[in-house]
Amino acid sequence: MSVELIGYGCFFLTMALTYAIMCLGLNVQWGQTGLFNVGIAGFVAIGAYVSALLTTPDTANRFGGFDMPILVGWLGGALAAAAIAFLIGALTIRLRSDYLAIATFGVAVTVQLCALNLERITGGPFGIGFIPRPFASLAGDPLLFSLFNLGVLIVVITLLYLALERLVRSPWGRVLRAIREDETAALALGKSAVKFRLQAFAIGGGIMGLAGAVQAHFIGFIAPENYLPMLTFQVWAMLIVGGSGNNRGAILGAVLVWGLWAASAGAVAGLFPPGQQARAASLQIVMIGVALCAILLLRPRGILGEEKVVSRHLGKLSSALRNDAKPATPKQ
Amino acid sequence: MPTTAPTHNGPKDTEAQPLIEARHLVRKFGGVRAVDGMSITLRRGEMAGLIGPNGAGKTTLFNLLAGSLKPSSGSIRIAGQEVAQEGPERRIARGVGRTFQIPRPFAEMTVLENVLTGGQGQAGEHIWKNFLQPGRVAAQERAAVEKARSLLDFVRLSGLESEPARVLSGGQRKLLELARILMADPEAILLDEPAAGVNPSLLELIIDRVLELNAQGKSILLIEHNMEMVARLCGRVVVMAAGKYLTEGAPDVVARDPAVIEAYLGGVAA
Repeated sequence: MSVELIGYGCFFLTMALTYAIMCLGLNVQWGQTGLFNVGIAGFVAIGAYVSALLTTPDTANRFGGFDMPILVGWLGGALAAAAIAFLIGALTIRLRSDYLAIATFGVAVTVQLCALNLERITGGPFGIGFIPRPFASLAGDPLLFSLFNLGVLIVVITLLYLALERLVRSPWGRVLRAIREDETAALALGKSAVKFRLQAFAIGGGIMGLAGAVQAHFIGFIAPENYLPMLTFQVWAMLIVGGSGNNRGAILGAVLVWGLWAASAGAVAGLFPPGQQARAASLQIVMIGVALCAILLLRPRGILGEEKVVSRHLGKLSSALRNDAKPATPKQ
Repeated sequence: MPTTAPTHNGPKDTEAQPLIEARHLVRKFGGVRAVDGMSITLRRGEMAGLIGPNGAGKTTLFNLLAGSLKPSSGSIRIAGQEVAQEGPERRIARGVGRTFQIPRPFAEMTVLENVLTGGQGQAGEHIWKNFLQPGRVAAQERAAVEKARSLLDFVRLSGLESEPARVLSGGQRKLLELARILMADPEAILLDEPAAGVNPSLLELIIDRVLELNAQGKSILLIEHNMEMVARLCGRVVVMAAGKYLTEGAPDVVARDPAVIEAYLGGVAA
């Protein structure tokens, strides 16, 4: 029993952490830069499909696969999503933010429809199966298998978190915040808003692609219906709940909202007769919506909220200075 | 930085090379010619004023010089290079910085971070260099912090360096903006109404610092309504009315010019 519980806990956390990766990507775009991306599902799908094509064995009625190592698939998925994000950004990032929203939404719908209809590449509505899973050799021992997968996700999230924190606290992150606060003033200081926005959009898109790839290999199967606008809504809810502009908030929000989602699925299964369950599943979306409203009313900046970030170099320096200066500054 | 009062300002050598040279600038907004064939020159090292009645097109001209607006026609040369079609983010590299009539601090960033944002050519603004050359990024950032702190000292905002910029008063915001643009080491600074809405004690500080900067060799062009301040700061003022060049000369001479008086009294519309 307890083994099953741990196994489920691992499965739950692993899944939640794949969403946390998406959330970190959105945080770069929205939280740090103010780019309104409502096409998250599209970038996740690109990462998932590219990685699946790269790593699955050669299949008769379909383009590829190329039977490459999983890591190559992940990197390929992330790079492909980043490249697409860069192209879309290059075309639309000069537009006002509402137009960026429309453009990204269009891209997500297009990607999903392509996945559905380009059967020779994507497998059409049946999707792509037999995507290699990390530590597949351990599949005989479900507990160990889950633990190792969770371990991989934790490593990925940790590396990503550390890299993003370094960027946020760097001069690069400072320029992004400046552009978000007042683009005109940032331009007058020689900061090209278009260049920095485009970089942030591509990095965010690449991270979403990585999330899609990681998730695909964790589940082992992908299909177009995984990448409906619902996914975009979930990731947005996660970031808002956790705290936009805060990387730890993005991870926390993903775990909490995914927890709510899983719990409500359990509640629906337990409370409604089998014949009604399909319809009752809509209540899950209602619950997320209610949670979102509650958070916005009680903590408008999310559970953690945006941190006062300063340059990482500054942090060290000013504390060092303060220590030096203590005996010498009796004034004030 | 020393705060000794400079002796005087303005071009001692009127033959000094032009740093900014705008010729026959026109900027239309729909049917309105906000700037209508205006020409203006700022020489190296001088402090010149730009005055004119409300609606004369001074701020539009400033936005053209700063690159925030592109002229409908005409040319702008900075140190001999044609820049009329370049974006505002290229001006700093050309050596020209600006402030805004209504200051635009990065409100949620700290005062110190506001100034740091003015830094140019930092390796840390490149994504990969933060991972590949962390030592270089850190060293540059330390130097930048030191410089930013001395600039905050210069404008007497040191005590507020860790406060978000939104807590500053109007006059302090103007000083912050000045420090922020100085961080970029511009050769010329375009100051848009540095005195507007500033209380008298801060105004003296602003005047003192602007004089000091000019004494250090910065070329300065300022828009200002406060004629007393213009007279104290500028050796030469250019008068603009209805988008056009009206006249120029020493402040006291210009102030007595009947054409200028008429423009201020509204007779120019005819």
